[in-house]
Amino acid sequence: MEITVKTAQQLRLTEEEFEAIKIKLGRIPNFNELCAFSGMWSEHCSYKNSIKWLKTLPRDGSRMLVKAGEENAGLMDIGDGLGLVFKIESHNHPSAIEPFQGAATGMGGIHRDIFTMGARPIAALNSLRFGNLEEDKTQHLLSGIVHGIGHYGNCFGVPTVGGEIYFDECYHTNPLVNAMSVGTVAIGETVSAIASGIGNPVMYVGSATGKDGIGGASFASADITADSTHDLPAVQVGDPFQEKKLLEACLEVIQTGAVVGMQDMGAAGIICSTAEMSAKAGTGMRIDLDKVPTRQNNSPDSRKDMKAWELLLSESQERMLLVAQKGREKEVQEVFAKWDLPSSVIGEVTDDGILQFYMKDKLEASLPAIELVLGGGAPQYERVYTAPGYFALIKKFEPAVVPVPADLKLIAEKLIRLPSIASKRWIYTQYDSMVGTVNSSTNAPSDAVVIAIKGTQKGIAITTDCNSRYVFADPYVGAMIAVSEAARNIICAGGHPLGITNCLNFGNPYDPEVYYQFVHAVKGMGDACRKFDTPVTGGNVSFYNQNPDGPVYPTPTIGMVGLLDDIHRKMTLDFKKEGDVIFLLGVTNNDINCSEYLHKICGIEYSPTPYFDLEEEYRLQQKLTELIHKRIVLSAHDISEGGLFVCLCEAGFNGELGFSVITNNSCRKDAFLFGEAQGRAIVTVALEKVQLFESVLTDFPFEKIGVVTGSELVVDGDFWGTIDWWKENYDTAIETYLSKEEAGLALNTI
Amino acid sequence: MKFGIVVFPGSNCDRDMYDALHDDLEQEVSMLWHKDRGLHKFSTEDCIILPGGFSFGDYLRCGAIARFSPMMQSVIEFAKAGGKVFGVCNGFQILCESHLLPGALLRNGNQLFVCKNVFITNGSGSLHKIPVAHGEGRYYADEKTLDKLEANGQVIFYYCDERGEKTNPANPNASMRHIAGICNATRNVFGMMPHPERACSSVLGNTDGRAIIKTLLMAEELVSDHG
Repeated sequence: MEITVKTAQQLRLTEEEFEAIKIKLGRIPNFNELCAFSGMWSEHCSYKNSIKWLKTLPRDGSRMLVKAGEENAGLMDIGDGLGLVFKIESHNHPSAIEPFQGAATGMGGIHRDIFTMGARPIAALNSLRFGNLEEDKTQHLLSGIVHGIGHYGNCFGVPTVGGEIYFDECYHTNPLVNAMSVGTVAIGETVSAIASGIGNPVMYVGSATGKDGIGGASFASADITADSTHDLPAVQVGDPFQEKKLLEACLEVIQTGAVVGMQDMGAAGIICSTAEMSAKAGTGMRIDLDKVPTRQNNSPDSRKDMKAWELLLSESQERMLLVAQKGREKEVQEVFAKWDLPSSVIGEVTDDGILQFYMKDKLEASLPAIELVLGGGAPQYERVYTAPGYFALIKKFEPAVVPVPADLKLIAEKLIRLPSIASKRWIYTQYDSMVGTVNSSTNAPSDAVVIAIKGTQKGIAITTDCNSRYVFADPYVGAMIAVSEAARNIICAGGHPLGITNCLNFGNPYDPEVYYQFVHAVKGMGDACRKFDTPVTGGNVSFYNQNPDGPVYPTPTIGMVGLLDDIHRKMTLDFKKEGDVIFLLGVTNNDINCSEYLHKICGIEYSPTPYFDLEEEYRLQQKLTELIHKRIVLSAHDISEGGLFVCLCEAGFNGELGFSVITNNSCRKDAFLFGEAQGRAIVTVALEKVQLFESVLTDFPFEKIGVVTGSELVVDGDFWGTIDWWKENYDTAIETYLSKEEAGLALNTI
Repeated sequence: MKFGIVVFPGSNCDRDMYDALHDDLEQEVSMLWHKDRGLHKFSTEDCIILPGGFSFGDYLRCGAIARFSPMMQSVIEFAKAGGKVFGVCNGFQILCESHLLPGALLRNGNQLFVCKNVFITNGSGSLHKIPVAHGEGRYYADEKTLDKLEANGQVIFYYCDERGEKTNPANPNASMRHIAGICNATRNVFGMMPHPERACSSVLGNTDGRAIIKTLLMAEELVSDHG
């Protein structure tokens, strides 16, 4: 087979990249080698169009135990000899084509990133984006993705404890599935993804390799078109039972002390894990691909046997590459045999920095490891960017074109039932949220989920946040808001923000307007992270979330973790008793910009970001921390989508308590009730502590807006019904959108 | 008395059960590997627990493969000798597949996995809030078996609402007669779908599970009256 630039282009490499490969190798690559570069230099593995900007993010902190991007996930010190390992990752492209397996393997992949470092995953979150819920396609995607996440997570046995779901037209063809996993590990027992020690055996452990997911990394590095379903083999198939056994076996094998390094096989399979582990140590490997366990082994037709390039690129799930100490292979194999998992020695570490792959003693590929990887020979590009044209439409918006509605209660009733605002009950009850017995939020909810760290008094607060419409309106400010909201949620749960992981979902980076969104979102994220002292510990970039109709909203999802020294002192979001006084912390603004109210109810898509000031936000969070630590407030809940009214309802639902509030005359009533100006939170205070509360806030804006009632909602003296009515509408809204088939209701009567 | 928890590949509530028994109820507990055989360290005063999870992936009927594990043969012998055996969720499914308990657990009525708090009652006034988490928890048996279970007092828990009423919306999986848990005729083998081990720690804000474990497994009168 003659290898030409055309072959390279068919493998999604550019002409320039093909030339670069020839220079690096000093010859024309063979097909196997070209496939290796295709996978490793894909956007997904190489970060070639993003790394320049990612390096501008704050990536240092006193608690960070590994540098950002250096290992499979971030690792932070939480005291008591424990490290917290966490990461968020996208699985958007597979989920768009095959929602069930796409989402399931997304969960599998992110958990492997955690336990490959020696940590036990203790909590999972997911951040999902869909199109209009009234569309059949959206219902199909929602049902499949939720089913896939539940199928994998429930069986694997790690609780799905939180996340977020938004519905917006721009995600119709390109849904987003971002999965986050958090684990703990004893410091000193972590494992690095490194292939050191010349002569050490390279071992393959876990499921056998099949033809699934071949080319997945490069598939995820292209736009989704009508022809994308032809790429179905690029979608992997997951087996959570194998992964559960792999988890237990990996944690057990680490205890033997025979493991030198370990890395999961995710995107670009064997070629990626061998290249990255070798490049990190400056070593090479000699690998016999015949020794890789395959599913195709017994085929009588040898044409069906897997080829070298297929073995190199297969993204079959639930597999690990492990480098053991020479002479201790048997100890490793015994552990995997105990868990009924295949393991085999497939090669050894060499000293020349070259990856050599053999099949039937024939050299199939010979590649310098360093030339394949990010930070080595992988290309790094600077892309041009220009301000998007739609910014003109955003600037033109005048709130005056929206008259204040006469019947605000009617607006509130619509708002509480919007899919992005309504309860996600139909979704989260399909996830096991309690396995592991660490989820303290089941019976006492907070703005961020609070997870107990067994064996200590500590708790971990975790949240994922990104309002992508704000980022669309202004990528710099919108990304700052995403970080700020995450921090505000951690603070409202009584935690102290530690760090973030990010999942940057954007359109095609070769589109200068998309790249503008990316660059400015990264800048905003960096500035906000510096303010809150929350370094970026890792994450991933997903470009090409785009179809012929255009890109998705720029969606830089923030996964943030925070620490509570004493979990018993966590703060919750719900009203505690009738008669408690409700205060609004922060500045009341005459602002309806970018709100769910303006977009979904008034039908105005283009408006600027809501009011936001990073300095004020920071001061709010400091004040909240002081109030919570001094035990002056009984509940704290931040104001986000849906504004003050939705915030008050959410605080009332858990204890079925209502509220009576007076609107502020200084601004439009719709802005007061439904506006989404940032830097605000609702707290409740017992009557006897009101004086103390006010004395702490002499230097901070706040207003008393009402009291907690037994069950009724009263706004400016008007009776708005009782909390149970609002709760029923909030809880059941999403179910009523779904067809009976998708909701599972048709079979309810059997 | 002491407890043994059988670990199957795919068990994922084994450690939760250990923590509840050991840390919250301060009991002596050990883990038992499914490939091992023999319960000679245990007497009939002790209790063997089959925990929740997805044993062997549950790709066939839930519990259908686990029942053939070497350790299960010992558990069956142990139960027949009068030893106490307690299965939760997947453990309950394994007990039914092993015919240590009558009936079967089918896909939930709405075909969806469900995880939430539910209320359960023993039918004579008790009320506990306990989490469920399962896709196949709809208890099924023929009418004759159901009549017999109820007549003998072998239904240990029914699903109910927060007032103790057996209403349909309070039945999370459409189980027949709202059955959440049963025991055998000799009252030494117990199975239930709800997870009491998930409601034993004060950090979780729910300790209703402690009373269930104490009453079912550790009460003297159960042992002496029926053992």
